Amino acid sequence: MKPSEYLAGSIGFSISEVGAGFMLLLSAIKRAPRAIKQKHLVVEQMQRIGLGSLPLVLVTSVFTGGVAAVQAAYQFENYVPLRYLGMVISKSIVIELGPVLTALVVGGRVGASIAAELGTMKVTEQIEALETLAIDPVRYLVSPRLIAAVMMLPVITVFSDFIAIMGGFAVAYTGLDINTHVYFNSIKVHLTSEDVLSGLIKAFFFGGIIAIMGCYHGMKTRGGAEGVGIATTKAVVSSCLLILITDYILASLLFSAVFAG
Amino acid sequence: MIRIVDLKKNFDDLEVLKGVNLTINRGETVVVIGRSGCGKSVLLRHIIGLMMPDSGKVFVDGLDVTELKEKQLYELRKRFGMLFQGAALFDSLSVLDNVGLGLREHTNLSDEEIRKIACDKLEMVGLGRLDDKKPAELSGGMKKRVGLARAIAMDPPVVLYDEPTTGLDPIMADVINGLIRDLQKRLGITSIAVTHDIKSAYKIGDRLALLYDGKIVFEGTPEETRSTPNELVRQFIEGNAQGPIPIYEE
Ligand SMILES: Nc1ncnc2c1ncn2[C@@H]1O[C@H](COP(=O)(O)OP(=O)(O)OP(=O)(O)O)[C@@H](O)[C@H]1O
Ligand SMILES: [Mg+2]
Repeated sequence: MKPSEYLAGSIGFSISEVGAGFMLLLSAIKRAPRAIKQKHLVVEQMQRIGLGSLPLVLVTSVFTGGVAAVQAAYQFENYVPLRYLGMVISKSIVIELGPVLTALVVGGRVGASIAAELGTMKVTEQIEALETLAIDPVRYLVSPRLIAAVMMLPVITVFSDFIAIMGGFAVAYTGLDINTHVYFNSIKVHLTSEDVLSGLIKAFFFGGIIAIMGCYHGMKTRGGAEGVGIATTKAVVSSCLLILITDYILASLLFSAVFAG
Repeated sequence: MIRIVDLKKNFDDLEVLKGVNLTINRGETVVVIGRSGCGKSVLLRHIIGLMMPDSGKVFVDGLDVTELKEKQLYELRKRFGMLFQGAALFDSLSVLDNVGLGLREHTNLSDEEIRKIACDKLEMVGLGRLDDKKPAELSGGMKKRVGLARAIAMDPPVVLYDEPTTGLDPIMADVINGLIRDLQKRLGITSIAVTHDIKSAYKIGDRLALLYDGKIVFEGTPEETRSTPNELVRQFIEGNAQGPIPIYEE
């Protein structure tokens, strides 16, 4: 095995696959208007992606906020007054930790389930059965998932941001003796709408990545149960990587170009 | 009318179809018989454009399926119904929704009307009250019959059956054979069935065709098939281990 093949195999996609995934994205976008008309399909996916992810995101967010508080307090020591704690925690959560961790957690959960579902449909000929019924699988399966994911990820991220900020507050209040007013005032004064917006823009793109990677790997599953397993792994690994890469690109773009000017 | 012309298909270095020629006239039922693994399902897939050949053509009413754009292909498929060998039911949908999906997607019928049609079709295949069951709760033969109900739900002028009676008990097999015959008689449906159930082939086919070694080596009415001197056909219909057809592929 060539090193490039090994790398492609272990990170879940190669350059040519990025191209194929992108083509799937384009065709799913093209079919989105018709998919939106079939509300029941989109709503069903929104429930599965959104409601289903809330408990998991709740737990991860509480602890993320808590860790952010502990870390910030440690780094502040003797340099920065603790009354800035609320600002630092909320900014790091809203811009970075909230969207990225939510996307990684949801990506693991939702990406895997999409890939497994579509992969099973592929190997049991259900996708071909759709085609023989003259139903375009991209329109029927991919577009609703894409729409649902790009809509739900920002919503879940808002929820996550809120919970994480409260988690940070719990640590600050109980462990660091910072009172309610100080913590929230620092957030109120320093947290800007650009911060929040940048996080939500990221979440929107992350949602797209999760849905497309799940669908792409699911739809090109080969073989039986083993193939479904491989597809699931690839979907999760590739979406996690793409989320981190995209995060960097979006952060550079948003903060150097859009919001700076 | 469906015309298959010199159809060839390889999978890597496995030659499955080596130049299939077959014509199916309007309103006729042609049964393709052949050994397991000889490429019957692959042949059906080419007719409806699920697979593309390496060379050769498939004409449906003069349109070349192998040249159609995606959109035209989907239009064409609305005129087809297909029963898959493994039923291929949508396991997230109830039995009723499986049968009604095509109607839901392609017509403006109300939920009530779709339900009614789906129930009728299920009744035709001998499945009265299954409505809200999921495919996972059904037996193999029941799945097959739901697949059949789904294939005929839109009253398509052409139906492709991949082993319609495999996995059914003899009585139910006869019911399904009768149904296929009946659909053809009453609605003038053109059908292509593939099977290795020779009894069913005699019962439903206007003509039988033997697919052997990637080609159609025999065509004839049931009577002609019964009395043919063709060694390959004789061995197949009599079910002999001895004869010109090798048991193991080389
Ligand atoms: N997608 C595919 N990729 C590779 N090989 C395939 C594929 N589909 C079918 N084949 C091969 O083509 C040959 C014919 O398969 P096909 O499913 O058409 O057989 P069949 O005549 O329908 O058999 P059976 O009666 O058992 O269903 C087999 O050798 C099979 O291994
Ligand atoms: Mg077959």
